[in-house]
Amino acid sequence: MKLSINMTACEGRGLCAEVLPELITLDDWGFPMLAGGVPPGLEGPAREAVRLCPRLALKLLAHTRSR
Amino acid sequence: MTARPASAQATVADDRVPARLPRLLPDGFSDKPTCLADHLARYGQPVAPAQSSRRREEFIAEVEIAGLAGRGGAGFPTARKLAAVASRRHAIVIGNGTEGEPASTKDKVLLGRSPHLVLDGAVAAAEIVGATEAIIVAHPAVSDIVAAAVSERRRARLDRARLSVVPAADEFVAGEASAVVHWIERGIPTPKPPGRRLSESGLHGRPTLLQNVETLAHLALITPYGADWFSAVGTVAEPGSMLVTLAGAVRYPGVYEVAIGTPVGEVLSLGGGTSGPPGALLVGGYFGTWVDSVRAAGVPLSAAGLQQVGVGVGAGLIAALPANACGLAETARIARYLASSSAGQCGPCVFGLDAIAGQVERLADGRGPDMARLHRWLGQVGSGRGACKHPDGTVRMIASALALFSREIDHHVRGWCSGSASRAGLLPVPAWSLR
Repeated sequence: MKLSINMTACEGRGLCAEVLPELITLDDWGFPMLAGGVPPGLEGPAREAVRLCPRLALKLLAHTRSR
Repeated sequence: MTARPASAQATVADDRVPARLPRLLPDGFSDKPTCLADHLARYGQPVAPAQSSRRREEFIAEVEIAGLAGRGGAGFPTARKLAAVASRRHAIVIGNGTEGEPASTKDKVLLGRSPHLVLDGAVAAAEIVGATEAIIVAHPAVSDIVAAAVSERRRARLDRARLSVVPAADEFVAGEASAVVHWIERGIPTPKPPGRRLSESGLHGRPTLLQNVETLAHLALITPYGADWFSAVGTVAEPGSMLVTLAGAVRYPGVYEVAIGTPVGEVLSLGGGTSGPPGALLVGGYFGTWVDSVRAAGVPLSAAGLQQVGVGVGAGLIAALPANACGLAETARIARYLASSSAGQCGPCVFGLDAIAGQVERLADGRGPDMARLHRWLGQVGSGRGACKHPDGTVRMIASALALFSREIDHHVRGWCSGSASRAGLLPVPAWSLR
């Protein structure tokens, strides 16, 4: 599993970093920075972070995919 | 290696096959577009359409053997893009001649001088992927020339594929692939968030082949003349020729066509060499890398060659500074321009690049920059977080400046600048981005 942020939707509300500080930190302007993959033990909090994002900007992906 | 397909046979008399450079641009001085009659006299009639799927596969195999890679900056193998789109229905072709980079002129010069070669390539690409339509997005400075060339072909009933021209948005980020699609669809020249590949779902959801216009021009010549002809110049790993823009402190700035692998110093001497003692070069574009010109002189202009000095080919720009110019002042102007060119969609780009440009300006002006913060911000903003690579490219360019101009940074921190050249700036940025 891997977290992904649509940065065009993100407004830096910061809830994700509060729920999942192990994997999400904030940059100097309050926008989230992600660690790599989600270890099995943190899948629950990761799902919670995705659910709480008021901008629906955070996603949990089964595998990596890019354009 | 695959067996050479029948399509490899040259379909025109050998004396018409351009045996030397330039291949893409008019041979000799010309400031006018090559008309259709002159174009056909030079290159022959475009090859017959690829009506069967087997013939399309042969064309793609030929492009693969030729080793053509994209000339818009990313250098992606063209045959792989062709194959990805050819396997789908209702495909469409887009030729990207947006060229939003202020210092680069190679796509404008190509479209302005050899519009029919790009159109030949667009038609060939359409035939190969089974598309009936191709759109050329051309920089506004040359879009009328391309539109006139399209009308000329329509009157001559030359093409089966329907060609059209869309004037590009004249903005830096407008040339990014998804931004080009966004511009055609909705008149908004900003990148779209990463999603499905354009080859799967691009313009209006259709499988889309998007190629830089120079790539299309090369494709137009590979289809009739074959892979062997194409790879007669260039390196084994990177065959063919490429267009290079020489800018800045060069005696004759402009666009030159060179064999890939030509040493950087030789490329510069095509433009009469640097005016005055050479200083640093910015190679690749404003997303490129600063490198010492003496160190770069003997390095082959190819991805593999430039990699030895930590540089990428990018879109083929070499901008030269004279030894008496301040590289930090130039970097600050470009950084401010790039920060102002953010599409404004992603927070780290909007706030981060502005803050970074501010620190680089303080550094250039000797106003006591906070170097620790600057380095932290470069790490935060340049780590692939945005919808496009605008912040990443900007950060790469600035980081290379901080590495190359480290002695000058020491001077600036102590309050003096070793640059004696005019502070007005040598590398072009639009007036609106100047402080």
